[in-house]
Amino acid sequence: MPERPDRNAIEVRGVSKIFGTGESQVAALDDVSVSIRENEFFTLLGPSGCGKTTLLRLIAGFDFPTNGQILLHGDDIALLPPYKRPVNTVFQSYALFPHMTVAGNIAFGLEMLGKPKAEIEARVAAMLKLVKMEALRDRRTSQISGGQQQRVALARALAPQPKVLLLDEPLSALDYKLRKEMQIELKRLQHETGITFIFVTHDQEEALTMSDRIAVMSAGKILQVGSPRDIYDRPAERFVADFIGESNFLDAAIVSSASGRATVRLASGAELAATLPEGFQPKDRVTVVVRPEQARLVREGGAVTGILENVVYFGTDTHFHVRPDTGGEFIVRQQNSRSGDAGFARGDRIGVAIGEDAAQVLKD
Amino acid sequence: MARTFAIKRQPGFATIAMICIALLYIPIFTLVVYAFNEGNSVAIWKGFSLRWFHAAWNNDKVVDASIRSVRIASVAALIATVAATMAALATTRTKPYRGLTFKYAFINQPLMIPEIVTAVALLIVFARVKVATGYSGLGYLIAAHTAFCIPFAYLPIRARLESMDLTLETAAADLYAKPWKVFTRVTLPLLWPGIIAGLMLAFVISLDDVVITEFVKSGGQDTLPTYMLGQLRRVVTPEMNAISTVFLAISILIVTVFFFISRRRT
Repeated sequence: MPERPDRNAIEVRGVSKIFGTGESQVAALDDVSVSIRENEFFTLLGPSGCGKTTLLRLIAGFDFPTNGQILLHGDDIALLPPYKRPVNTVFQSYALFPHMTVAGNIAFGLEMLGKPKAEIEARVAAMLKLVKMEALRDRRTSQISGGQQQRVALARALAPQPKVLLLDEPLSALDYKLRKEMQIELKRLQHETGITFIFVTHDQEEALTMSDRIAVMSAGKILQVGSPRDIYDRPAERFVADFIGESNFLDAAIVSSASGRATVRLASGAELAATLPEGFQPKDRVTVVVRPEQARLVREGGAVTGILENVVYFGTDTHFHVRPDTGGEFIVRQQNSRSGDAGFARGDRIGVAIGEDAAQVLKD
Repeated sequence: MARTFAIKRQPGFATIAMICIALLYIPIFTLVVYAFNEGNSVAIWKGFSLRWFHAAWNNDKVVDASIRSVRIASVAALIATVAATMAALATTRTKPYRGLTFKYAFINQPLMIPEIVTAVALLIVFARVKVATGYSGLGYLIAAHTAFCIPFAYLPIRARLESMDLTLETAAADLYAKPWKVFTRVTLPLLWPGIIAGLMLAFVISLDDVVITEFVKSGGQDTLPTYMLGQLRRVVTPEMNAISTVFLAISILIVTVFFFISRRRT
């Protein structure tokens, strides 16, 4: 799909953010460019300190970029104060106003926009309904639970009908069960309101289940942008493969390559077909990644051979830890069935068969 | 179950506590009791009476000094609180920078400089100003009281600001509030208990001051404390006890209100 700037809700162009001065300078963002489409659930994913929250704060206007542009529907908003941007934020700590009621919190943004009283009331009622909090409208925010505060924070940020909603790890303070509920709730809200969501998280599972597209960030850079399936199945870089899901890394040499495909030779001597990421310059020594569920154990043959070191039962599946003859570790995950497993036992000499299309060459 | 350390169970705790309480409160208790003495002495009990309260109430000088005290304290506390609020905002709503510690010290300077030094300094400066301008009203006392009240107003306001979540102000700005609206709709309502606390503290401190007032006041500008000091130099009657008792009651009332206000919404 060609990128059409007018279809992009947010376009970040060459943005850098440098904190500190002199020798203590730190680049929180280093020449970052990314386009976020209209009505998209877009996730910024990365470990803490990767710059994802900084990028969110720049879009919100709580900080200003050192370099670069941030376009909202084509207009540069990079230097506008937050109160002039049609962008609202759900904060990690919720930041609900403790001296106002639930309804007062939700009405705040609309009041600041100078909307007529009748419209504010109607909108607050609609928002309370949307997040299922009608019964608690006159409560103080200190008198409601964490999950309810989360809903109020969402309603408050959605009430002024922003062009883009920013969510800064909003689920991290909730317990596991509530977090799962709110994940579904967030998807529903995004669907019902049709607002572009930009979601920041360090939780890869949350990112995979909720997002239309994910940007994986590390050390102030965006490493890869793609759908959850792209990111998981076609990680471009070792960091991405390592950060998202479990991965086996194998050293290999390229034998031949053509249009996105390559044949590689592993240390064991076996040859394997692998995908080449876009823009990859073929070179001699590479690393390939194989997901544990894309490989299976075999008695005879296999691209990797070794000793089965450990078998760990997980209920739905079993993890086999293989010590390859060429060193390192290789994990194979196989789904369990009630008819029993194939009888692989610790100490067995086995092979690992790597499926067609399972291996991917990585940029380092 | 392991016994945790409890200061109450340490040997001698009760004794030391009793001595401290006795030292603190017996003099005050005695003072209050003798305010109700029928006789003329502050040491010999002659029976219960309210005559010294009547005497104080009908003493024009006491009434005059009291009114002056309240006027000075009200104006000084008000100005000091406004100044302290601005100072507190300026010293907490910024990133730490060089010279911030110096600024804290500067604001709190009246707490550190010996009062007598300030008093002498003000006496000398104001004497010249009086000569130069010819003005000799309450302005000098109000200015002096405002100056030493600022740190007392500043401390509770700053404490309140520091415990306040900065994200709330960010959230208000995110929800289209311009800076002034952020201040009036979010910062100020949340800061209010701190401001009231600062105001009351400053009021009580001003009401209570002797040293600086004694040096700065012109003739006929006695406040209640300086009037009492002047009286004590001559003859001591239970009238002093009666005035002190009323003074004490008012202070306790203000501090109690202060306590309840600062506990609200925290």
